[in-house]
Amino acid sequence: MPSFVMTEKCDGCKGQDKTACMYICPHDLMILDKERMKAFNQEPEQCWECYNCVKICPQQAIEVRAYADFAPLGASVIPMRSTDSIMWTIKFRNGALKRFKFPINLRPDGVSDPYEGLPEPNFDDIKSSKLFTQA
Amino acid sequence: MEQEKNEFRFTEKPEVEEVNCDILIIGGGMSGAGAAFEACRWATPKNLKVVMADKAAVERSGAVAQGLSAINTYIGENDIDDYVRYVRADLMGIIREDLVKDLGRMVDDSVHLFEQWGLPIWKKDDEGHSMDGFQARDSGKALLKDGGTPVRSGKWQIMINGESYKAIVGDVAKKSLEYNAQATGQEQNLYERVFCTRLLMDANEPNRIAGAIGFSTRENKVYVFKANAVINGSGGAVNVFRPRSVGEGLGRAWFPVWNSGSGYAMGIQAGAELTLMENRFVPMRFKDGYGPVGAWFLFFKAKATNAIGEDYCDTHADEIHEQFAPYDEPMGTALRNHAAMVDMKAGLGPIMMHTDKAMQALEESMDAKQIKHLEAEAWEDFLDMTIAQAGLWAANDVEPNKVPSELMPSEPYLLGSHAGCAGFWVSGPGDIEGTPDEWSWGYNRMSTVNGLFMSGDVVGASGHKFSSGSHAEGRIAGKMAVAWCLDHEGYSPAISESIDELVAEIYAPMELYAKYKSYTTAPENVDINPNYIRPRMLQFRLMKIMDEYVGGVSTWYTTSATLLAEGLKKLEVLKEDSARMAASDLHELLRCWENYHRIWAAEAHARHINFREESRYPGYYYRGDFPGIDDANWKCFTNSRWTQEGGWEHKKVPYVELVPAPTPA
Repeated sequence: MPSFVMTEKCDGCKGQDKTACMYICPHDLMILDKERMKAFNQEPEQCWECYNCVKICPQQAIEVRAYADFAPLGASVIPMRSTDSIMWTIKFRNGALKRFKFPINLRPDGVSDPYEGLPEPNFDDIKSSKLFTQA
Repeated sequence: MEQEKNEFRFTEKPEVEEVNCDILIIGGGMSGAGAAFEACRWATPKNLKVVMADKAAVERSGAVAQGLSAINTYIGENDIDDYVRYVRADLMGIIREDLVKDLGRMVDDSVHLFEQWGLPIWKKDDEGHSMDGFQARDSGKALLKDGGTPVRSGKWQIMINGESYKAIVGDVAKKSLEYNAQATGQEQNLYERVFCTRLLMDANEPNRIAGAIGFSTRENKVYVFKANAVINGSGGAVNVFRPRSVGEGLGRAWFPVWNSGSGYAMGIQAGAELTLMENRFVPMRFKDGYGPVGAWFLFFKAKATNAIGEDYCDTHADEIHEQFAPYDEPMGTALRNHAAMVDMKAGLGPIMMHTDKAMQALEESMDAKQIKHLEAEAWEDFLDMTIAQAGLWAANDVEPNKVPSELMPSEPYLLGSHAGCAGFWVSGPGDIEGTPDEWSWGYNRMSTVNGLFMSGDVVGASGHKFSSGSHAEGRIAGKMAVAWCLDHEGYSPAISESIDELVAEIYAPMELYAKYKSYTTAPENVDINPNYIRPRMLQFRLMKIMDEYVGGVSTWYTTSATLLAEGLKKLEVLKEDSARMAASDLHELLRCWENYHRIWAAEAHARHINFREESRYPGYYYRGDFPGIDDANWKCFTNSRWTQEGGWEHKKVPYVELVPAPTPA
């Protein structure tokens, strides 16, 4: 299911040096057409449909259309990701809808210090089979 | 065909930036993130500089970029020796038990950290029903490290709400790198969107790593990383074999399509020794979307049958026992594939997973609210990690509690972290009882190249690490890279090759394109040009060769010495032609180099299959000329090494059992 960008909604992440979708795509698929200030997926057959561009787009301008070489038309899967949870809306080809909400992060503000509360490394153990947390 | 040297007559030379560090981590996936977390902790008080290069953004790079619905390796209440036995059985009897056992004693520590960093992990309520991460927190359930009870989908697997798994782990890795950068005075030590093409060897010391070279996919810039130690965590190989879907669906591989075999290619070219590179993974998954089946089989207890309702693992149990005993007890992933393939080849497909019957059976003992929770759990399995499968079910109006779904074995993938073990021969920890002395050379997870460490998918003979184990393995490599640096203080890297020539080589596809693009009248989107090959077509050529000669889906995973000989000839020519790849921009240059790496990984795989004259992994691949398992001759590691001067050399290395089979009761 390659991602696609809706012309009316995309603003090219105006004022930033790169678009959010270009920043996040693990496969370098998203590109900005600077003349139109619109992003697009430049290589749909390399899309894994990981939805990272869909989830990150600040304008909700990106959706996914099922891989045309095997999937029937008419369905959609749309995420709304907040800092601690994600809501999914699944529309079936026959029009049926399902909604699910799942937790994604119990510390949405992140970890400020990666080594907070963890032991200092003990260099007597540097060659041993112990990680620094196992000292 | 004549080769052309890039003299930058038609394109501009990129800027070249030299980055000096002590430890370079290539790849920011789960193992790279683990390496950064551990290495920065040890390196910082010693003023050692740690640098990471990732071709994507660490927030969502690597195999866990989309998320996961389970952590497949958590030892917990189990015995580590049983973990070794399970991995050994699933990989048909040949693994490095020292590496697997070592991983088993480290992995839970990483899982405990993930939970403390915010990853929601399912817990059991007092009646034994499952609670998601919010419910568990709100009802005060203990963390795993404090004795909380996870929801096991299998003996080793635990369920998570893992949409943001990589974002959480990657965030900590980035903060670890920041901590190191600040203390050691580095302006920048995370290089995202930088793709490493080659490892660099030392000019003075033979067989010694000195760094790596790579290019930015965002600006005309090449980076020369000079380092005392390098950790190679750059993933497995996908789209090496022709996939079943070749239109838009080309990208819907089960393993991430961006895994381009770079770790294999760079390590091979540096002269590092490989092991079990003939191994591969062929996952049997929901057809076309390749959505996960693990939770369906293990957690929801669904059965899969052939077209006439037979459980193929049962109906073929006796013949499989005759052919492959003792490797059918228990029947591992490869042999379960084999059983399904026997029926599929006989026309007894489609193979159906009876999600409907499984859900209906579970619903019998549930109230309405619990049934709703069960339905959400079933969909979350896909939405966390293979959203495409949810979309495909919706497109086909499939409700899993009402109708069954078809299963299909995918094209082969090369990897060492999941149910496969293709990769490099590395030093073990050295302290596991019974380990042969030659299995460890002082620095755990160091390859046979001095200073070059391996982690995650590219470590051989040690599968079933999965996400958590890859993180833990990265940590082991990260720590030992620090130990290496402390033992080799004062080392000053001297690069054995000419940087100018390496830069010209990296940018050669840009030069070829600029030089010849106007040769024909064809516009950009219908490019036909006798002077070059675009990376997309080169990839199709590679996938066709591998599929037809090296046991892809079109031959039902079967090959032979004669087929391999023909395939290898074609691969050699393809490798020659790869020097004539053309790129119109940096994005396409990335594709050129990814596909160059794919060819090397593919060649190593083909040569190893050719060397091992038996069918060790039925259900993954078959040697038509050596159809059975031949323990008398081949219960051993198969190692190889490539050198510029000598080409490929193969050898057998004895397998040694470290963990005995359990004594029968």
